[in-house]
Amino acid sequence: MVKTSLYDQANRYGAEPGGGAPTKAKITFVDSHGQARTVEGETGSTVMETARRNDIPEIPAECGGACACATCHVYVDEAWVEKVGKPSQMEEDMLDFAFDVKPNSRLSCQITVRPELDGLVVTTPSQQG
Amino acid sequence: MSETIETDALIVGAGPAGLFAVFELGLLDIRAHVIDILPRAGGQCSELYPEKPIYDIPGHPLVTGQGLTDNLLEQIKPFNPTFHFNEMVETLTPTGTPEQPSFEVTTDAGTKFKAKVVFVAAGGGSFQPKKPPIAGIEAYENKSVFYAVRRMEDFRDRDVVIVGGGDSALDWTLNLQPIAKSLTLVHRRDQFRAAPHSVNALQELIAAKKVDFRLGQVTAIEGADGELSSVTIRGNDNVDTVVSAHRMMPFFGLTMKLGPVADWGLNLNENLVPVDTEKFETNHPGIFAIGDINTYPGKLKLILCGFHEGALAAQKAHRYIFPDKKLLFQYTTSSTNLQKKLGV
Repeated sequence: MVKTSLYDQANRYGAEPGGGAPTKAKITFVDSHGQARTVEGETGSTVMETARRNDIPEIPAECGGACACATCHVYVDEAWVEKVGKPSQMEEDMLDFAFDVKPNSRLSCQITVRPELDGLVVTTPSQQG
Repeated sequence: MSETIETDALIVGAGPAGLFAVFELGLLDIRAHVIDILPRAGGQCSELYPEKPIYDIPGHPLVTGQGLTDNLLEQIKPFNPTFHFNEMVETLTPTGTPEQPSFEVTTDAGTKFKAKVVFVAAGGGSFQPKKPPIAGIEAYENKSVFYAVRRMEDFRDRDVVIVGGGDSALDWTLNLQPIAKSLTLVHRRDQFRAAPHSVNALQELIAAKKVDFRLGQVTAIEGADGELSSVTIRGNDNVDTVVSAHRMMPFFGLTMKLGPVADWGLNLNENLVPVDTEKFETNHPGIFAIGDINTYPGKLKLILCGFHEGALAAQKAHRYIFPDKKLLFQYTTSSTNLQKKLGV
C-alpha cells in the first residue's frame, strides 16, 4: 500500500458532503515503542487514511480500507473510547483476525475523522500481520 | 525434472485484474497460463471479501467478491486458460532481447515455464498465514505449530490447541476432535464467525465437554527441539492458565507479503511496480504489471482500473508475440472475427 494512492482514493470517496472545505482534527499515533506522532486528519477521511498519508508506521492497512484484513488495528486511548464509539458487527468479526485484541481495540479504517475527535490518541500494536 | 510449459503469456495472480487480462489477451489470439498461490481464482475478492458487496464495478450496481470472480471465470471460458493453483512464482529470468522478449519462470512447486510476455497481476503480493506474536514460535513451525493441516495423522492422540473463531478454526476443531487426545479451542469472544452448522456442532461438543473452550489468547508456548509441551492461555479475566499441548494451530487469516516479486529485477517504489500509462510495462520490456501491484501518477487501486490496464498491456503484448501481424482495433459488438473467438 502506498500513501499516494490512498490519498487519491480518500479525495475521491471521502469528500465532505455539501462541498465545503474539510476541517481538520489532530490525531496522535503512539507506536508500540512509545513514540508519539501528532498529525492532522481531514474530517470525512478515516483514521487509517490519515495514518497512511502521514507515513505513520505499524498500520499497513493491506486491504486499503475495506474492513477485510485487520491490519489497521489500533488501541483507542481510554479517554476517547466513548467518543469514538463501538465497532460494528462486521468490524467485531474482523477483529478476530487481529492479535492481542483488547476492549479498546478498533480497526482504524472504520473510524471516521470528525471535529469532535480533535485530539484523539491511538496506540498501534507491535504486530499487525 | 519436469517438462517446461511453453506459453505466449504467463499471468502471475488470478485476481480480477489477472482474470480479465486472459480475456483481453484472448481476443488478440494470445493464450495464457495463470499462476496463483491460493487454491482458487479470485485473489483478494475471494479470499478477503467473498460475501461483501462491491458497488463500483461498471455495469454491476452490486456484485459480491465471489460473484465477480464467478462472472469473470465465465467470461474468460472461451479462451480456456490453464490455471496453476497453490503455486508461487519464485524466479523470473529474462532470456530474450528487448525486441523479442522471452522469460524462464519457475514456481515453488518446481513447475517451469517459457513465456514470451509476463503479466504481473499479483495485487499486494502472495497470501501467507498470519503468525501470532508469540516469542520463539518460529522454532515450532511445521513441527508442532501448523497454519494448515497437511496430515491429520499428525494430530492423532495428541493434545491439540486451536486458536481462532472463524471457519478454519471451527472446521479443524470439528475434524480433529474425534482423533485428538484432547482439543482446546481458544478465542477472544464467545461468538464465532463461521457457518451456522459448524457453530451448532461446536456448541454441542463444548456442552458435552469434548472440546475445552477458553476465552482469551495464547501468550506463550513451551517445549523443546520444536516439539510443544504446553501453552499459556491468558484469559479475558487476565488469569494465566497453562494447558498441555503437543500441537497448536493458530487461525488468524492471511496477510499479503510481496515475496519473490522483489527479486525479479523490477524497479520498485514502496513495494509497488512503477509502469508507464500507455502500455503498463515495467522497466523490463515484456514484463507488464497491472492491478493493485503497479503504480503511476494518479493510480487508483480500483478493480476497474486493473481491467483497463490489462486491455492496454495486451495491445503491446500482441506486438511482441506477433511482430509481423497488424493489429486491427475491433469491437466485440460488431466484429464477427471476435465473436467467433468468443464462440457466440
